[in-house]
Amino acid sequence: MTKTRKKWIFFLGLAVVVALLPLVVKGGYYLLVLNIIAINGLVVLGLNLLIGFAGQISLGHAAFFGMGAYFSAIFTAMYNTPPWATLLVVMVFTALVAFLLGIPTLRLEGHYLVMATLGFNIILYILMVQMEYWTGGPSGFAGIPPLHLGSFPLQGDIHYYWLLWSILLAVFFLSLNLVDSRVGRALRAIHENELVANALGVNTELYKVIIFAISAAYASLAGSLYAHYLSFISPKTFDIFYSIEIVTMVVVGGIGNLWGGLLGAAVLTALPEVLHAMRDYALLLYGVILMGVLVFFPEGLLPGLVKLWSEWRAKKALVSE
Amino acid sequence: MEMKTNGTLLQLQEVNKQFDGLLAIADVSLHLASGEIVSLIGPNGAGKTTILNLISGVYPPTSGEILLYGESISGLKPYQIAKKRVARTFQSVQIFQDMTVMENVLLGLHHRLQSGFVKGMVHLPAERKEEKRATGQALETLEQLGIGHLAYRKADSISLKEQRCLEIARSIVSSPCLLLLDEPAAGLNIRETEEMAEIIQRLRQQGLSILLVEHDMNLVMSIAHRVIVLHHGLKIAEGSPEEIQRNPEVIKAYLGGTLSA
Repeated sequence: MTKTRKKWIFFLGLAVVVALLPLVVKGGYYLLVLNIIAINGLVVLGLNLLIGFAGQISLGHAAFFGMGAYFSAIFTAMYNTPPWATLLVVMVFTALVAFLLGIPTLRLEGHYLVMATLGFNIILYILMVQMEYWTGGPSGFAGIPPLHLGSFPLQGDIHYYWLLWSILLAVFFLSLNLVDSRVGRALRAIHENELVANALGVNTELYKVIIFAISAAYASLAGSLYAHYLSFISPKTFDIFYSIEIVTMVVVGGIGNLWGGLLGAAVLTALPEVLHAMRDYALLLYGVILMGVLVFFPEGLLPGLVKLWSEWRAKKALVSE
Repeated sequence: MEMKTNGTLLQLQEVNKQFDGLLAIADVSLHLASGEIVSLIGPNGAGKTTILNLISGVYPPTSGEILLYGESISGLKPYQIAKKRVARTFQSVQIFQDMTVMENVLLGLHHRLQSGFVKGMVHLPAERKEEKRATGQALETLEQLGIGHLAYRKADSISLKEQRCLEIARSIVSSPCLLLLDEPAAGLNIRETEEMAEIIQRLRQQGLSILLVEHDMNLVMSIAHRVIVLHHGLKIAEGSPEEIQRNPEVIKAYLGGTLSA
């Protein structure tokens, strides 16, 4: 089908851009921004599956992000466990926690998940600050060992650029597949009309809980990678504001549009850096741009731009006739 | 298509349904044999859709039993009842507007397909093969209902008649044993209604048992084997279409004294 073909052409295009970008972008600072975009992109990807496909909102993804980061840090730095194995175990564990959190809340109709995840995020933040022996408390956790590929240690921004973007592309690939499968269809059906989906034989409660667990696993993966990359983490990164930021990235990029989510992550991660030069006006401009996007592209930046483009093309075709 | 020869397919035993203070269904018993078309009629608010909702598990009965092949299904969730091959349509068309016609029908096959989260993500040949087979089956069903040419159109871009056909396609694609139709002719003109009657007849010839809720008397009287009349949640009459048309109580309660339709 042409639609699937088009999708893989775009995906290939993205991969090529990712592969060529380091030729143009030099300097640690720009690579750092790109790497943070990849990490945020991973969290956004998972959250977009939850919001855009199951119609549920989580305001606690910073907590799952933080679980990945802190568990990876604690186990690898304090108990010398192998980083990659730890990362995987932590991912599974985080997914399990999300699963258990999701069972009572997602069985209820309405947006109880928002409250539950909000509370969970606050509790986890307090634990990160208070459990000083393990977490280092408010001053943070330093000395997290780097990742290795085989015996090759990953050092510096460019190594992590290749690692983070490869992982993001791989997870993006899996997510694009999922959205187009039997399960993806069922999730979209739940989003559109839960009762009808259920009447058609979709176990809606189970699907919602599983996709919530998967999206938490994505966040955990991103958190572990973040910890190993920067070798230092502190609770501030995992507070409720990061959760809100991630939701904003999904909304700005385009709810239910995985490509849009990636764009949202890129724009909202890079924007504060760009606006830095404006000093005092940075926050104001950030707010104005955000408002502008939501007013003029309420369906999200990417779907909005695509619509604008096709309208422009239709108009041009009309004129040339 | 699976057919139990002599058994009763569906049975409601003294089913009651109470919503807060309102008794929507009062002691209704009914049965449906394999291959039969039974029609539920009655004025608005008589409880027809409530009965379909009870059978399909939207809510459990307050008391009484609902049996499928002699086995209780009361209290099961809608998706569990769908797996027992009871399919339904809705009074106001409930198709997924944001999806294509094809995707809508494939959702009707959801519980007959295997691929889960992991298989969907990895997109292995087995998963692709299953999808391909399902797509073929869906297309066949669409063609059977005369809307095969619309398969890759968006579902909100087709006419009401076509949407009703799509809803039926979605419900029969998994070859159910019992089909619950909730006013399939609502909003259709005379010619379209006749076409709908033909479609329902054809489905019965394929061995499908149908419980039909319908307002259009011509449709009901021309295709139903048996008619059950509800009034204020009570069953007030049951019989062949001819008997029902002559029943004075039905005429009084439902048809307002005359029977011209």
